[in-house]
Order: sequence, then C-alpha cells, then structure tokens
Amino acid sequence: MSRHISEQYDLELAQIKELLMEMGGMVEQQVNHSCTALVNHDDALAEQVRDVESRLNQFEVELDDHCVSIIARRQPAAGDLRNVVSMMKAITDLERIGDEADRIAKMAQRMTDDEPPTDLYADFRSIHENVGRMLHRALDAFARQDVENALRVIEADEEIDQAYNSLVRKCVREMRDKTEGIENSVNMMWAARALERIGDHSKNIAEYVIYQVKGLDVRHGGDTEIDPSED
Amino acid sequence: MNEVTNMESNVDSPAADDSLEDLPKSLHVNDLSLFYGDAQALANVTMDIVKQKVTAFIGPSGCGKSTLLRCFNRMNDLIDDVHISGRIEFDGYDIHDESVDVATLRRKIGMVFQRPNPFPKSIYENVAYGLRIQGEDSKAVLDERVEWALKSAALWDEVKDRLKESALGLSGGQQQRLVIARAVAIKPSVLLLDEPASALDPISTLKIEELIDQLKNDYTIVIVTHNMQQAARVSDYTAFLYLGELVEFDDTDTIFKNPKEKRTEDYITGRYG
Repeated sequence: MSRHISEQYDLELAQIKELLMEMGGMVEQQVNHSCTALVNHDDALAEQVRDVESRLNQFEVELDDHCVSIIARRQPAAGDLRNVVSMMKAITDLERIGDEADRIAKMAQRMTDDEPPTDLYADFRSIHENVGRMLHRALDAFARQDVENALRVIEADEEIDQAYNSLVRKCVREMRDKTEGIENSVNMMWAARALERIGDHSKNIAEYVIYQVKGLDVRHGGDTEIDPSED
Repeated sequence: MNEVTNMESNVDSPAADDSLEDLPKSLHVNDLSLFYGDAQALANVTMDIVKQKVTAFIGPSGCGKSTLLRCFNRMNDLIDDVHISGRIEFDGYDIHDESVDVATLRRKIGMVFQRPNPFPKSIYENVAYGLRIQGEDSKAVLDERVEWALKSAALWDEVKDRLKESALGLSGGQQQRLVIARAVAIKPSVLLLDEPASALDPISTLKIEELIDQLKNDYTIVIVTHNMQQAARVSDYTAFLYLGELVEFDDTDTIFKNPKEKRTEDYITGRYG
C-alpha cells in the first residue's frame, strides 16, 4: 500500500498497529504463563498473570481511544477504514484472550496436590501448544496482512475444538470412575474451555486479516472461496 | 453525431446483486469523448444514470467530472472549439439529435452551480422566472408554484413573509436553496448540481445535503463534488474520474468500503498514486 499524502496519518496508523502488536505480545505471554502455571501448579506465576490482566484492560481502552480519534479526525475510507475497523475488533479479541488467560490462572491457583492422571496434563499441554501456535500465527498474519497464514489459522480452529471435546470426555470419564482428583479434573476442564475460546478469538483475528486485505467477511461461513494470491 | 458502435466498457459496473441493470435509467452515456481543441477532457465514458437516485462524480481537479456533468444538458455547446463524440441518451432519445430543442432539454435537465446565482430580483420573481418565460402569467398558478418550489427547496418557512424582498439579501446557503427552488419550479426530471455546497458553511451544507435526500424522491440527481465525505453521505452511486477516464463506477458503499481499482483507493484514502 502506497503512502498517504499526510505523513502524520501514516504515523498515527503505524503507531496504533505497533501498540496493538505490543498488546498481542503481552497476551501471548499471558496465555503461556497461565498454562504453565496450571500444569506446574505454580501459584506465583498464576499470580503474576492476574496482576498483568489489569494492564491489558488499560491497553484496550488506550488503543480504542486512538482508533476513535483517527475515525473522528481522518474519516478513513476503503482500505484505511477496513484497517481501523479490523484493529478495533482485534483489540476486543485480544482483551478477551487476556480474560481467558486470567481464568486459566485462576484455575491454576485452585489446583490441588490431589492429582488427576498425567495424560490429562499431556492433552492440556498439547492443546496449549496448538492454541499458542494459532494465536501467534494470527498475530503474525495481522502484522503482515498475510491472507495465506490467516486461512491456516481459520482451518486450525476445528482441530482445537476436537481436541477440547476429547479432553472433556476424558475428564468426565475420570470423574465417573475415580473419586480422587475430581477437583483438578474440573479445573482442567474449565482451563481447556478457556483455551478453546482463545482459539476462537485467534480465528476471529485471522478473519479480520481477510476482511482487511480482501474486503471479504468470512465470518460464519460467508465468502469462503478465497484465493490468497489473487489481488 | 457519429454512429456509435456498442463498445464494451472496461469499467467495473455496480455489483450485479444491486441489479443496476434492472433499474430504470434517466441518462445513458455511451463511449463519450470530449475535446477542448486538441486537449482531451473525456475519454470513452460509458455509464448509466439511474432514475430518482443520486449519482456523485468525484475526482481531482481537471479529471473531467464537471465537463461530463455539463454534457448532460449540453452546456458545453456554449464553449468554442469543443468536439464531442459518442452518444448520450436521455429518456431514450439522443440529446444531440437535430430534432432536440436545447432550451427544452435544459428545462428538463436543470442545473445548479457552485456559487449561488440569484437574479437581482425579488425572491418571488426568481422562482417564478422560468414559468414566466414559458408564458405562464396567471397569478394563482404562479403563487401556487412558487410556494411549492420554495417548500421543495426547504426555504419556504424562512422567506414566506418576505417574498417581495430582493433575493440578494439572503444568506449564501439560502441563495443556493433559492436557486434550487428556481430550478425545480419548472419541474425538470434531472437536476445537475455542480459543487452545490462548496461555497457554503457546514450547516448550510448539511441543509443542502438534506434537501438532496428529499429531492431524489422526485428527481434524478447528479452531483459533482470535491468533498468525498459529501459524496459518501448523499449519493447512491459514485463515479470516480481521473484524467478524463471513468476509472470506477459502483454503488457508493462499495466505492467507500472496498473499491476495486487501486487508483480509486489511492484517491479516496488520500494516497500518492
């Protein structure tokens, strides 16, 4: 995309994007820390996640304000409009991912030494890895306006949903068959649910990339035929 | 006028689901080119102007948008050394046909300019002027039509108690609405507006825009504007012209949300082309 005649306009848009990416980096870290805290029963790390959460909320407010200012002062149109709208939506999703990480941290703090079977931990770790990759790729696609990568994120969401459902079934089975470790199984289920939601938010961010670049709204199965190479 | 072959336009037409093709047209432009001497001002423009909708022409200075607008009521006939090729149909007939009476054409296709140009007469006489020229001298008919036209132009309430006063005493915004009243008094079918609000303050501009919204119930409106936000606010269809070429023509939503041509995108987002 060529430069605006107003250099200041370019700077303002670049600044918002930069802040958004900074927020994205923080959110990624929150997700990783909260999941590690849950698996390792690391109360201190969970506490740290919970502290950072309020900073993410401030980030959201500040970034939204920047976007509203640009709409008020620049009246963006076409690609600029889609860019600002996409950023505003992505901000909301990032903040919600932050909320989910906070939820996982809360579950981490509730974990007891009364252990559920280790393969639940392995399953959870695997979902965490996949969701983490999905979020990272969504943010990367957003930064680079990379439709191909965005499409891969959207495809990956289904696998996450399946892995989540499988973990829930295992948890239920555990709770039915054994009395010990029930509390941890429940906590694990809630935390997995939060990860599954993070996958959904990552998918949303990927969808905004496609809207931004192609002007197509692919949410809820609309405009599904996309050729990443086609301009 | 040369016989024009049916040339396919290379311009993106409004999306099929808006079924522009099915809507009744007021004007049909086919392969229109215009030269001022050797300088080409319009190049192979093909487009339809939909009845009772607002079509906006946008583009940088010198892109040909006002020239194109002036083609519709043959205002360019008044300029020496203008050469036009192609065809413009209005309600199905060729406006350049020998049988067309230009005065009648301009009665049906009225025009309002950038600067309000009321006559140095009373408010009443300004609006009645066109009817008097047509030979109407019944006071009852004139009274009725003047009131109707001033109401159509959303000016009646502001001037009804001073119809005999000079039109030159009105504010710029009021004068522009008076000129619109004068144009609608003779009941045209098309109104051409050439930057009608560019000399007005923001509130007067909003009143003109509100008026355009109301007038489209009865008239086909074509507006040339430098103000892109104005085009976005008032028009149903937007045409982007650049260097005499119709680059893109689509429904206004598409032009401002997701234009297909890079040149359109660059222009409306304020980028270097």
